[in-house]
Amino acid sequence: MDDRQAILTALRRARVEAVERPDPAGDWQRFADPSARFAGMLESVGGHCRTVADCAALPDALAGLPVWRDAARIVSSLAEVPGRGRAVDPADPHAAADVDVAVVPGEFAVAENGAVWVVDTSVAHRVLLFLAQHVVLVVPAGEIVDNMHDAYARLSFDTRGFGCFTSGPSKTADIEQALVIGAHGPRSLTVFLTGDGDSTTRSPRTAA
Amino acid sequence: VTHPARAAAFVRDEERAHWHDRALWFVRAKRDRAAAEVPEWEELRERAAMIKQHTLSRLPEYLETFEERATALGAVVHWASDARRHNEIVLEILRSRQVRRVAKSKSMLTEECGLNEHLEANGIEVTDTDLGERIVQMRHEPPSHIVLPAIHIRKEEVGELFHRELGTPEGLADPTSLTEAARQHLREKFLSAEAGITGVNFAIAETGGFVVCTNEGNADLGASLPKLHVACMGIEKLVPRAEDLAPLLRLLARSATGQPITSYTSHFHGPIEGGELHIVLVDNGRSELLASAEFQRSLRCIRCGACMNTCPVYRRSGGHSYDAVVPGPIGSILSPARDEARHASLPYACTLCGSCTDVCPVKIDLHQQLQAWRGRLTERGKVPAARRVAMRLGSAVLRRPRLYALASRMAQLFGMRWAALAGSGRAWARGRAIPGAARRSFRQQFRERRDG
Repeated sequence: MDDRQAILTALRRARVEAVERPDPAGDWQRFADPSARFAGMLESVGGHCRTVADCAALPDALAGLPVWRDAARIVSSLAEVPGRGRAVDPADPHAAADVDVAVVPGEFAVAENGAVWVVDTSVAHRVLLFLAQHVVLVVPAGEIVDNMHDAYARLSFDTRGFGCFTSGPSKTADIEQALVIGAHGPRSLTVFLTGDGDSTTRSPRTAA
Repeated sequence: VTHPARAAAFVRDEERAHWHDRALWFVRAKRDRAAAEVPEWEELRERAAMIKQHTLSRLPEYLETFEERATALGAVVHWASDARRHNEIVLEILRSRQVRRVAKSKSMLTEECGLNEHLEANGIEVTDTDLGERIVQMRHEPPSHIVLPAIHIRKEEVGELFHRELGTPEGLADPTSLTEAARQHLREKFLSAEAGITGVNFAIAETGGFVVCTNEGNADLGASLPKLHVACMGIEKLVPRAEDLAPLLRLLARSATGQPITSYTSHFHGPIEGGELHIVLVDNGRSELLASAEFQRSLRCIRCGACMNTCPVYRRSGGHSYDAVVPGPIGSILSPARDEARHASLPYACTLCGSCTDVCPVKIDLHQQLQAWRGRLTERGKVPAARRVAMRLGSAVLRRPRLYALASRMAQLFGMRWAALAGSGRAWARGRAIPGAARRSFRQQFRERRDG
């Protein structure tokens, strides 16, 4: 008998107390001002939250960030934000090791925990989200859900792909519980909320 | 060697033992604050327990669905009955692709299987990329905690280690500088790895995908740079549908470290563009545990570590005193199931205070299962003779009211120390003052009040 069959047979023999799968609906946490809650949670986990009127205002807002001024190589998935230096070749992710800043559109944000849902199709290669020295995410302010239940209600996973709830920069507290920002991945995460929270605000476009 | 013997070695350094206790209590306090911030916390625990229990009750069908969906997405699914098979499968995948260097992220399953040793013995360099795991790997010791692998190590010791291994300046003990040194070292390892091995926090039957949670982003770096990703998971990691992750993810990081969510909660569905994804499903004793009516609920565990952080015995004896891959309360249930003789002392590394049960996000009745283990070990004669005799003596006295009255009278006359000297009571008397017996017993007082 092969391992697969052996495992399944053993599991079928086990008598397990049967419990119904609970209904995912519930009276879950909501926020009067999801943007404010999101910003507060993101700051509390070491990220930064900024608000701009629209994507056209991003270049000026970004120019004010110290990491932007010092960056030699910037890659951007947003048409409104020009990159700096070599673009990233999706076939050669290792060559992205010296990217200083990656600017990536996020799909939506979660107020409850300060997370942004980001997918690999928004970026030249998914490793940029983790390998760049600094990451900037751009999310329409109208695209903030209250909690993780609402987040999953928006998601479907019927095709191959990668997505990540990103909440703050890479960090660790593995040495004596002392929090250090910038473990192996991004040293900073800045989320720009665009628009006034009106859900008719257009989504950020991905550069061709 | 038993838990008390190992714990004795740990507590000999009193200053360190207190420091360890405080460090973990700090994490426990963070967990409490995070839990209190969520109004529906208890409802989430209820749902999470139901989701996991439901999944366990239909595990074969969910595993088959997962396999089918994952395969349709382009992943290759492997099944391993035990640790040996798991290690063979992973080695074969790596070998057939001429992989020499692997970046690995945290996986208690691969610890359990001894994967690193197996790969290293076959000439493959494995770098643990979680900072805490890298530290213990460099020290050639196992993690002492499932979430905080290096919680037992002082920053000065990390400084000495990094001075030796990474060439940091002598005497450097500042966590920020040490982490920066590890960053440079590990980024090099990521860039030179030819394969990434990750664990799995949750796998989704309906979608064929899985979720990995890290704060460092190390799993993502390891699994995104090379073309080959091997994900190793215990068969209990499944949930039926993606939406079932909502309660579990809301609980996991808050229970573990008091964070609202980990920095990165990555959802992998199929291999990376032009790459390969292998998923190894491992039993290694889990189907046996599932067949046990008493202990099957322990398979709900999502490895948050909250039971360790709150456990008065764990905090004061250190993870290594358990001599088990998973220490603390949950480890003391899982380990004897794996090797009863070797881990027979673990269910006794517990005061039955029940704090673990109170914090468990998936509502495992930990302290009750630990008590059940004691019963089983006693039945099977796996308990030291002195304790058996003491227990029999205790039971004989407690069952006979007159004898009990006599015994408590003796304690009043001769002091409690007399009682504490007998049998297993001795371990409890060590290192603490035994309070004197009340001058008037409960029975005497009761009689006086009733009659007076």
